[in-house]
Amino acid sequence: MEHANWLTGSLVYLAAAVLAVPIARVLGLGSIIGYLAAGIVIGPFGLALVGDTQDILHFAEFGVVLMLFLVGLELEPRRLWALRRPIFGWGSVQLIGSAALIFGLGVLAGIGWKLALVAALGLALSSTAIGLGALAERNLMPTTSGQSVLSVALLQDVAAIPILALLPLLATVGVASDVESGASGWWSAAKAIAVVAAIVLGGRLLLRPALRWIARSRTPEIFTAASLLLVVATAALMQAVGLSMALGAFLAGVLLAESEYRRELETDLEPFKGLLLGLFFIAVGMSIDFAVVLQRPGVVVIVVVAFLLLKALVLWGMARAMAIPRPERPVFILLLAQGGEFGFVVFQGAAQAGVIDAPVSSLLMAAVAVSMLLTPLLLVLADRHWIPRLAVGASAQMKEIEEPQNAPIIIAGFGRYGQIVARLLFANGFRATVLDHDAEQVEVVRRFGWPVFYGDATRLDLLRTAGAANARVLVLAIDDMAQSIEVAKLASEHFPHLKIVARARNVRHYYELRDLGIELIERETLDAAVMTGRSVLELVGMRPHQARTLALRFRQHTVAQLELMRPHSQDEAKLIAIAKQGRQQLEELFAQEREQAGRRGQRGGWESQAGSEADR
Amino acid sequence: MADVLIIAAHPHLEHSRANRALMQTAAQLGRQHVEVRDLYALYPDYLIDVAAEQALLAQAQLIVWQHPIQWYSMPALMKLWVDDVLGFGWAYGPHGTALKGKDLWLVATTGGPADSYRPDRYNRYFFDAFLPPYEQTAVLCGMRFVPPFLLHGAHRVSTDDVEAHAKVYASRLLSYPHWPELASMEPPEECAVPADARPES
Repeated sequence: MEHANWLTGSLVYLAAAVLAVPIARVLGLGSIIGYLAAGIVIGPFGLALVGDTQDILHFAEFGVVLMLFLVGLELEPRRLWALRRPIFGWGSVQLIGSAALIFGLGVLAGIGWKLALVAALGLALSSTAIGLGALAERNLMPTTSGQSVLSVALLQDVAAIPILALLPLLATVGVASDVESGASGWWSAAKAIAVVAAIVLGGRLLLRPALRWIARSRTPEIFTAASLLLVVATAALMQAVGLSMALGAFLAGVLLAESEYRRELETDLEPFKGLLLGLFFIAVGMSIDFAVVLQRPGVVVIVVVAFLLLKALVLWGMARAMAIPRPERPVFILLLAQGGEFGFVVFQGAAQAGVIDAPVSSLLMAAVAVSMLLTPLLLVLADRHWIPRLAVGASAQMKEIEEPQNAPIIIAGFGRYGQIVARLLFANGFRATVLDHDAEQVEVVRRFGWPVFYGDATRLDLLRTAGAANARVLVLAIDDMAQSIEVAKLASEHFPHLKIVARARNVRHYYELRDLGIELIERETLDAAVMTGRSVLELVGMRPHQARTLALRFRQHTVAQLELMRPHSQDEAKLIAIAKQGRQQLEELFAQEREQAGRRGQRGGWESQAGSEADR
Repeated sequence: MADVLIIAAHPHLEHSRANRALMQTAAQLGRQHVEVRDLYALYPDYLIDVAAEQALLAQAQLIVWQHPIQWYSMPALMKLWVDDVLGFGWAYGPHGTALKGKDLWLVATTGGPADSYRPDRYNRYFFDAFLPPYEQTAVLCGMRFVPPFLLHGAHRVSTDDVEAHAKVYASRLLSYPHWPELASMEPPEECAVPADARPES
């Protein structure tokens, strides 16, 4: 029975997402609105197809955890350190400023100070999921506003813990906390610090060797399993000591940001994150208590409008003081003005502790959910009417920030061959994304300072992450012939615009690549051998320039001959005939060349015939 | 097949305005009218396919050399083309009649302005003084040397002037051989190179 339940549940969630998200995208509303709408439709106040909203919400929270892990992967420790001021400084300004304003208004409106305080703290928090999700959807993560949203969201994750700890104290206010609870407080603080230290140290010292060991097993699904295990384990550790799971995952991500497995972890976890985050948004949609909203619609509207305006006011001041570029300010303000999923936890906790009534709690939660539903819609409106007016004259600046994310060239294979290609390109100031599937090789070349990513280019998702959809050239420098063919097939099928420049190990490999329609192929031994031959010609008495010309002519002839033989590559008799004929042609050609060069030699140089006429 | 063959050579076409405009204009006329050979694109390794070049030359009636003037002469690859393709016994000398009766037209640009080519200015000679090697090359091969089509001061002329120049170029290429100056031009005088001018042939 339970099995059947699980199946119907999956059926409903997946079907709702698959239907709602494409529709929302076609309407230009973005995927988050699609998920929220799907949640409302299948939730208790829509078709009531599924129940247990809270369970789903808890499960789907893991999507937020995965998202913060992935955000951490994009942020090297050095850059996180550079963000310490925005995180603690501006993060605190946002949280304390917003909470103070909302608290003040609440007290002025005549509700009790306890309720005002809980409401202020709960509403001051913002949705990390929608905020970072919307940033990722718009590719705004590396911009100033993106980093600022991330900083504030990180501080809120830290601050949520003392806020939750405050709730039981509010319930028993007036009663001095006794010595025993003080001691246990110290004890849990010590445990928390120990766990964070363990994650940092373990991440630095153990994770990379462990991942290398796992990668060497060459079983892609085990690497995926290890990636998931890593995040789950970190989250579980953090939860055990009462810290934010998302924060722990974020820390683990930062510690792996400099490792060569970054891209692989990213591509492995991306689909899980996407689906779970989608489920999370569906659950938020489901949890909007329309009964409360319909009962006192005026109050909900007033609460939503009031807290959005107050938070926006604080954020507007911050945006000015932080010198966020004008066109990015609307996104910064809208994403942080909304309520967040931590608000749900705060209000639920407060209701359980008896600080506020259950009806008030669901009213506040409805207000938060409505604000989360409104945010993506407001963003769409801002995109159409607000940002274009601010963006005049600033668009050139935006473009530059986006560019570093996808290099125009991808080099697959960074062995002896790929390295030479890459050095020529880098020395000329071209950016290239380099992929190699050999973990040890990656380890070695990284020590020499090469920006190489670990990853198997025969995997479509990794090629896509490397930027194949936007790149112009793919250098196929892989030494394994079977893999090289596989990548060539994959790339020409899925990225037909991508020009492939390939290395061929031998003639058979050359023909196989050629049959896939690749035109720019170099046989790896040809040029080196021709150069050797040229040196020998010089040593046996040819003038350097003549040796050069003969060597180049030989090369040209050989390549042409290879093309000539291609249609008959299965027919040995024909091949031998063509080869013999080719050799004869080549000998004749060289006889001519030598004859000409010899005549010139006797005449002592290169001067024009008419000119030498006068010399005689 | 086109009877106008343009041999174009510019080693830094990416920095060129005038020559690029001229080449593009010519190429747009279509291969039934003109064949454009961009030497620096065809032979980046300076390895000229002599047979292919000679086959195209044999079919053409008007041969255009289009290049910037560098050191009072042609770019290096263009000179190599002349050395390699216009062979003894093919273009001149005994049986060297492949180009006889054709027309050679120089289409050149100069960096210096027109008034720098004067005895009292830094180029010290009128521009005509640098043309005899071109003219004699044509005559030795039995070709008429048609008065050149020049654009001086190519670095500084306005975009409008470049466009106008290219337009004239296109109309000249299309109206060949009905050019007024050709009517009055005689075939060049014969310059027979004796067979013993070369040691072995």
